[in-house]
Amino acid sequence: MIKPKLKPLKWKQSWQLHAMLLPGMIFVVLFAYLPMVGITIAFQDFNPTKGFFGSKWLGLDNFKYMLELPDTYRIVKNTVIIAALKIFFGFLAPIVFALLLNEVKNKLWKRGIQTFVYFPHFVSWVIMGGILVNILSRNGGAVNQLLVAIGIEPVFFLGDPGWFRVTLVVTDVLKEFGFGAIIYLAALSGINPALYEAAVIDGASRFKQTLHVTLPGIMHVAVLLGILSIGNILNAGFDQIFNLYNYLVLDSSEIIDTWVYSMGLLQAQYGLATAVGLLKSVVAFALIAGSYKLAVKFANYRIF
Amino acid sequence: MRSTRSAGATAFRLFNYGTLTLVALLCILPLVHIFAVSLSSAEAVNGNQVGLWPVDFSLGAYRASFDAPFLSALSVTMQRIVLGTAINMLVTFLMAYPLSKESDRFPYRNVYVWILVFTMLFSGGLIPTYILAKQLHLLNTMWVLVLPSAVNVFYIILLLNFFRQLPKEIEESALMDGASYFKSMYKIYLPLSKPVIATLLLFCIVTHWNAWFDGIMFINDTDKYPLQTYLQLLLQKSKSVLSLEDAKMAAEDAAKTSIYGAKMFLSLLPIIALYPFLQKYFTEGIVIGAVKG
Repeated sequence: MIKPKLKPLKWKQSWQLHAMLLPGMIFVVLFAYLPMVGITIAFQDFNPTKGFFGSKWLGLDNFKYMLELPDTYRIVKNTVIIAALKIFFGFLAPIVFALLLNEVKNKLWKRGIQTFVYFPHFVSWVIMGGILVNILSRNGGAVNQLLVAIGIEPVFFLGDPGWFRVTLVVTDVLKEFGFGAIIYLAALSGINPALYEAAVIDGASRFKQTLHVTLPGIMHVAVLLGILSIGNILNAGFDQIFNLYNYLVLDSSEIIDTWVYSMGLLQAQYGLATAVGLLKSVVAFALIAGSYKLAVKFANYRIF
Repeated sequence: MRSTRSAGATAFRLFNYGTLTLVALLCILPLVHIFAVSLSSAEAVNGNQVGLWPVDFSLGAYRASFDAPFLSALSVTMQRIVLGTAINMLVTFLMAYPLSKESDRFPYRNVYVWILVFTMLFSGGLIPTYILAKQLHLLNTMWVLVLPSAVNVFYIILLLNFFRQLPKEIEESALMDGASYFKSMYKIYLPLSKPVIATLLLFCIVTHWNAWFDGIMFINDTDKYPLQTYLQLLLQKSKSVLSLEDAKMAAEDAAKTSIYGAKMFLSLLPIIALYPFLQKYFTEGIVIGAVKG
């Protein structure tokens, strides 16, 4: 028997659905689309007392000035280096962790490990920053005390420009890898056990099983997440850097977002900061849109 | 043959359990250390004697923690959570329900979807957002902390995907009997959505609890700082001392260290309390929201 199918809705029947969307849409227009209008500031010598319409138009002067700034090259370089390292290790770590955890057969042990490694994800970077400043300080920080105890020179994790980047990447990966592994663990638990049985009958060792059954089983998730992460190449992690950096490491760790903050809000260079922010948004938009397209193509991903 | 393989397997198991346990400890020990510092006397902290266990046990840091700015910031955050979570949940539910309909049933669905997707890809940026808040006279108010984040597209996607996997027939029969969409949403979908609502509730609470940057950007009245903003400024002030070259970290700063530790730990308590519930739900929630679509 054919099920009776509902017809498409006419306006008279669907007004309720539109009405439900209305409050949210008002917020979206107000807080997401109105600021986009504010992008005009990038082309102005913006004066807050005169507003959008009264300020002098500069055309592309802000952008020209930006390109001449020596800061620009430095902050873009810092952003891309830090973000690329985080994306690379942040991509690998959850996979390796999920594969290793999958081999832990003791249920209690497994749960315990999971409980511990997921937790840092829920700790804000404010608190995490406070903790890291405490334990990584060169004078008496717990980590350096440990290093000294085993005969290694203390390291200035948060004050040495080179070490600072390493610290950023390591702490970011440590904070998030557990949470990132959840989706792989779900994929792993979804692998058909019959595939393993078949592999055992064919004489595959545990390692071979991993290589030929487990890895292909999580490949689609890995491809998807890998593609989607490309869009983040200009996001080096504002929250983390803002809470950890100091003037000693500014050269190696000032990124676009922190620069826009200090230029725009602290030094009131509205036009210039907006121009830099706009350029970032445009590049990020292209990258994210591109990576979504790739994700649709290769991983059959749909946002909605 | 058999024995060598099992020897290799044993070695791997030892290595595996060892590595994973070490990594898990690495994630949690810094928090334990701060907890120990917060429960130790200033002298012990000053002498760097505190490891993972309190030395010279003292609750002084906790007594000193509950000063006026801390309590005021705590109360701002509490209000923010109640108001913000209510708005988030209401808006998410109202938007996810119509958007979960098929586009051949609900005309213009795709228009709405694109409007929302575009906000995920592109934003006006920091300065225009700030100027907007200023022109709307939202600076230094509670509203600026809860309204701009009212619509969270990820929450909508999560709930929408949950709705989609419910059997359509329940609603269809209700609609054919003349129920309105409001009624169907309220009477059918709401009661069926308890697990995903719990997930979203927890996410909202944690997000509002942890938010700090909007406080820095939009609030400059110290009485109106949310907790994490207050802490951020407090810790930022202490940092300049810790990162300076000279070793003379004054004794009074060490005394403060255990108070900072206590304040940090106090602001982690709600997360720790919610965590068991979170963990129960988020695995499912994330997987529904992220892979399926």
